[in-house]
Amino acid sequence: MASKFVASNRTGWLMAGPAALVILSFVIIPFVFAIIFSFTNQRLVSPNPAEFTGLSNYRQLLGMSVLTLDPVKDAAGAVTMAANGTPEYPSLRSYTRNNPDYPNLEGMREWFSFSWGEARTYVLARDVVFLTAVINTFIFVILVAPLQGGIALCLALLINQRLRGINVFRAIYFMPVVVSIVVVSLLWRFIYDGDSGLLNNLLGAVSFGAIPKIDWLGNAHTALGSIIAMSIWQAVGFHMVIWLSGLQTISPTLYEAAAIEGSSSWQTFRYITWPGLRNTAILVLVVITMQAFGLFSQIDVMTKGGPLDSTQTIVFQAIQRGYGKQDISGGSAISVVLFVIVLSVSLIQRWLTREKA
Amino acid sequence: MTKKTWMAGLAIATAAWGSLASAQTALTMWYHGAGNEVEAKIINQIISDFNASQKDWAVTLQSFPQAAYNDSVTAGALAGNLPDILDVDGPNMPNWAWAGYMQPLQIDESKIANFLPGPQGHWGGKLYSIGLWDAAVALVTRQSYLDELKLRTPTLDKPWTAAEFQGALDAAKASGKFKFALDLGMAWTGEWYPYAFSPFLQSFGGDIVDRTTYKTAEGALNGPDAIAFGNWWQGLFKGGYAQATQDPADRDNGFAAGQYAFSWNGNWAALNALKAFPDTLFLPAPDFGHGSKIGAASWQFGVSAKSTHPDGASKFIEFALQDKYLADFSNGIGLIPPTTTAAAMTENYKPGGPMAVFYDLTKAQALVRPVTPGYIVDAKVFEKAVADIANGADVTATLDAAVDEINADITKNNGYGQ
Repeated sequence: MASKFVASNRTGWLMAGPAALVILSFVIIPFVFAIIFSFTNQRLVSPNPAEFTGLSNYRQLLGMSVLTLDPVKDAAGAVTMAANGTPEYPSLRSYTRNNPDYPNLEGMREWFSFSWGEARTYVLARDVVFLTAVINTFIFVILVAPLQGGIALCLALLINQRLRGINVFRAIYFMPVVVSIVVVSLLWRFIYDGDSGLLNNLLGAVSFGAIPKIDWLGNAHTALGSIIAMSIWQAVGFHMVIWLSGLQTISPTLYEAAAIEGSSSWQTFRYITWPGLRNTAILVLVVITMQAFGLFSQIDVMTKGGPLDSTQTIVFQAIQRGYGKQDISGGSAISVVLFVIVLSVSLIQRWLTREKA
Repeated sequence: MTKKTWMAGLAIATAAWGSLASAQTALTMWYHGAGNEVEAKIINQIISDFNASQKDWAVTLQSFPQAAYNDSVTAGALAGNLPDILDVDGPNMPNWAWAGYMQPLQIDESKIANFLPGPQGHWGGKLYSIGLWDAAVALVTRQSYLDELKLRTPTLDKPWTAAEFQGALDAAKASGKFKFALDLGMAWTGEWYPYAFSPFLQSFGGDIVDRTTYKTAEGALNGPDAIAFGNWWQGLFKGGYAQATQDPADRDNGFAAGQYAFSWNGNWAALNALKAFPDTLFLPAPDFGHGSKIGAASWQFGVSAKSTHPDGASKFIEFALQDKYLADFSNGIGLIPPTTTAAAMTENYKPGGPMAVFYDLTKAQALVRPVTPGYIVDAKVFEKAVADIANGADVTATLDAAVDEINADITKNNGYGQ
């Protein structure tokens, strides 16, 4: 006799079955593999059997160290100045390469450094590219989540009106969403072109040539910003539709009551629309955050992580290492780190948006 | 997991081709050139000639788009479904041989004695792959530019020195006639970077890895010669002679439009350049101290490790090595024929032909990329390093980091069995 849970849910299991099977085989099992691989030296292609290597992949990924150096002094004890007038420090290379006195620094690179009085403190990392990718991904998430959500809400409010032809606007705002992100990225590569790009021509035309031509994707200072702007534009329509559905669940009687009470449009938004959108807001925030952490296609098509690692991201690094450099174990370790990051962020978001009793 | 379903599809497809042949033993073959009609026509011609020429073997062809080819071979190998004959990009061959995808060819080496060295794929002392063509790179410019800038025409015996090359770039820049003095092809990210730019490093005296042992890159990629290369390379961009990011359209048409005085480009682009300017010259690479160097090795044919008929597969490859087919490929898609006799049969590479200079260039200067299974990783590390240096990264730190990454990869692979 089957238990009540199984028996009375037979139809339910039958319906959930296909989806559960797909999730199991395409998400859960590969992820379990990734966790296992991250503790080995598994290669994509190799005649050597994989060996268990403990935490070495994680050590390689996250290893950091701090080194404080005093400036170089001449015989009289005065600080030697470099050509540009700043104190000269001993070369980092003499500490991080083949220096038997500092075996723990072997193979490390400068991540960033700062001066503290006369001495200079260097933060060294074993994998500067990965840490740069983590920072870039967080910058992307922190900028995209509020901006995309906010702009989408504004658009939703704009098109949530009974006007003639409003569907045309809805379609226009939604259009970028249905185009493949790869196609969108290719098009924006032309728009951002440093020489004859649409954006440069536009800026030149409105400023009568006062704004110089900028190589948007080729400049380390503008590349990530350009990708952020383009990504916001591309997916804003999707979130607009979610906001719109939220807006349409708010009962018109509330608005009528507000109108009778003589509330201003700001008050209507603040005390009726916004509270009514609470659950939608949580959904939009969580979805944008998840999508933003997965930033990959735009990078792969537009910049490949360059220039100077200014657009490296976590997922791009995971794929580049696991597949491009055939280092499945390294790529898996990155995926596991990303999983931990996303899980923590989601838990924090859940806690912040919990129902307060 | 997606790979698995995909592999199952491949398995079914392979079985389907297998059943096509009847009396003759079926041999399957994969080729990277799907979508190129001229290439397909020539390869189909070779296959039908071969199948008609004897009674034992019948080759059937499956073409892949180049962008998906390497992935397909990896997937096929993991699933144990490789064809008998496959083609491989020269520098990748050692990786596939080491990984157990390929086995040595059963072709007598005397048959290829007259071949250029580039198309011969040797690894571990054995011939694993052989190419029907090679490719070469030259410094493309015009006679009129050289005259106008009052520059000596470099020759194979007496190429430009580093100082002369610098002088040429300075003159081109000072003339104010060009958007940039030099077009390096920065738009072509990927294998172009190690193929086209590592010969500069080698001419300086450095290399991507230490070729005496293939166990380390220390000293080769971050020694004084390599740092000198890095500083020179960065100077090209800092000094405004070349652009670090390039519009692909400028790469394709910039030289013909007169935007660049010099273009570092391959023989495949030579016909277009000649069409634009009849006085186009293909100059040898400058000598930065250790001889002029250009890259070598293009796509080559080999036999998969799992093939149960390596003798038949080798017979087919040997059959394809006839001069007439080498000449067909050259005439069809502009590639360099690997023998002098085949070169004499072509329109462009016969003595006195418009592109004959490429044959001489590749004969005199060609150096294959590091022959090691680790090359696949080395190439990507090198690509990132030269791109970063071009964009202004610290030369020594970048090269050190590249060395560390290459060495870590060699260690992770237990020295790649070398």
